[in-house]
Amino acid sequence: MEGFNIGGKSLKSRLLVGTGKFASYDLMKQAIEGCGTQVVTMALRRVNLDHKEDNILEYIPKDTILLPNTSGARNAEEAIRIARLSRAMGCGDWVKIEVISDQKYLLPDNEETVKATEVLAKEGFIVLPYMNPDLMIAKRLESVGAAAVMPLGSPIGTNKGLQTKEMIRILIEEIKVPIIVDAGIGKPSQAAEAMEMGAEAVLVNTAIATAQNPVKMAKAFELAVRAGRLAFNGVTAPQAKVARASSPLTGFLHEGEA
Amino acid sequence: MSFYDTYLEYENFDTEGFLKEVKEPDVLGIIKKNKLNHHDFLALLSPAAANCLEEMAQRAQELSLQHFGKTVLLYTPLYLSNYCVNRCAYCSYNIDHDIKRKKLTYDEIEKEAQIIAETGLKHILLLTGESRIETPVSYLVEAVKIMKKYFDSIAIEIDPLEKEDYQRLIEAGVDGLTIYQEVYDEEVYKQVHLAGPKRNYHFRLDAPERACEANIHNVNIGALLGLNKWQHEAFMTGMHANYLQNKYNDVELSISLPRIRPHVGGFRDVYPVTDQDLVQVLLAFRIYLPYVAITMSTRERGSLRDHLIPLGVTKMSAGVTTEVGGHSDSDKGDSQFEISDTRSVEEMRKAILNKGYQPIFKNWMAI
Ligand code: SF4
Repeated sequence: MEGFNIGGKSLKSRLLVGTGKFASYDLMKQAIEGCGTQVVTMALRRVNLDHKEDNILEYIPKDTILLPNTSGARNAEEAIRIARLSRAMGCGDWVKIEVISDQKYLLPDNEETVKATEVLAKEGFIVLPYMNPDLMIAKRLESVGAAAVMPLGSPIGTNKGLQTKEMIRILIEEIKVPIIVDAGIGKPSQAAEAMEMGAEAVLVNTAIATAQNPVKMAKAFELAVRAGRLAFNGVTAPQAKVARASSPLTGFLHEGEA
Repeated sequence: MSFYDTYLEYENFDTEGFLKEVKEPDVLGIIKKNKLNHHDFLALLSPAAANCLEEMAQRAQELSLQHFGKTVLLYTPLYLSNYCVNRCAYCSYNIDHDIKRKKLTYDEIEKEAQIIAETGLKHILLLTGESRIETPVSYLVEAVKIMKKYFDSIAIEIDPLEKEDYQRLIEAGVDGLTIYQEVYDEEVYKQVHLAGPKRNYHFRLDAPERACEANIHNVNIGALLGLNKWQHEAFMTGMHANYLQNKYNDVELSISLPRIRPHVGGFRDVYPVTDQDLVQVLLAFRIYLPYVAITMSTRERGSLRDHLIPLGVTKMSAGVTTEVGGHSDSDKGDSQFEISDTRSVEEMRKAILNKGYQPIFKNWMAI
């Protein structure tokens, strides 16, 4: 399948996987390996370098791109500090900005997210901000250097799917950097739907981690994401053709054509 | 405005009458709701709800998975001192009791920290009896500085402080506060807190709020179940947590459900709380406040603790001793109460894995 690009890196897999909430790191590892994801996000605050069994990095395949997130940050300043620490700890240049100041619904604070993105992009980070889908904010994120924009489909962990579909559709139309739907995707069909709409990728965590069989579910998501992308690519071109061939009102214009 | 205003609203509410009126279909309806109001929550503590525990458990599990996944955070308490100036009827540290008193020196604190750190734990809870003279804020600040070398997350369970003192401790590296109101009923509170500064109900009630104002990261509250009718106390605890969460959106809230334990002391006027009652309270908390963490300490026996994991417990202590210097010293101070689950950190780790959950050693770090 054709790849896509984030921060100069070409990726084949369009499924990003989150690492929270798994019943064990072993299970998480199997799920990651089984679905062929190339980007794995984890809470930097949970990285425990001192403990072999509790050190998540030991369970993430070496060729995977780490996407540390700033989970636990309540404002831009904290997110920036976490990102810098993450780089200093050797977790690479990628960072997912998560600024959450509401512990009930875990909704992102867009304003603080823009601030953190601007500072970190200037410092050379590949910044992927998690955001509440809003076109103006997405444009600002893009203009201050976000490598992708990650709108939520519905609140974290709710598995409610694409409740914000119409807003995401507008972002897909208007924003040049990749749109990666993050949060709320509860089943493969919803991931496929996001991909059919033209999202570049999706990020899934709770739906895989808390499934009865996370390994099978990860695989199902992989297939759904591929199917959705194929549908996106496949449908657009024929749609134009069909429309031309059966234009009931203007078809006469082509009547004389060979 | 303080939580006391909310407390007053319900002080004369006919809780007993309300609870009697709740029927099973009401409960089954409530657990399907997305957002529960105060009365819905109270209904979950009713006798009718006690007949719907399995349905409540299934809902609680669903919500726990959504918010916390299959994870349990491990921590351990470290007792720094058992000097106390209060006369709490239910506690061994009560100033009247002739127990062996001890306060750790900074060297001893470091030794304890080293031994605990070897177990792999990264979250620590520092405890003291309540004595401004023996364990002033300056002593705690020093203790926190030592802890920072070994642990990523440091919480405190000490006497209630002023906001400025909380600020000092937060600057030193504290990210969590545990403070139990013990009993929300103001009358009963006076009866069991016989003398000492702890008699000041209001100063204690507003302590979590002062810590929130000082910008602490997480706050853990609770009532000591057994001092009063558990329905009343659980209701007020949930209301308090809800009040704090609504006012301080960004604070991570936890609730503990400690049941009274054997101790050195004369207090016997206990309202019994059975295992089934405890489970009902736990489930009601989870369904009313799906996003709050729930802590289950080693006061409860191991087999019960294990069963509570899938019902919504998200934090557990392990490798616990409630004696001052209990981890390292042969010359220990007496304990606050008897613990029940004596398993080591490694044993707890395995028990959690056996339940199909992931034991988490580190979930936070001061940055
Ligand atoms: S409960 Fe606390 S304040 Fe009361 S006697 Fe025990 S240690 Fe002292």
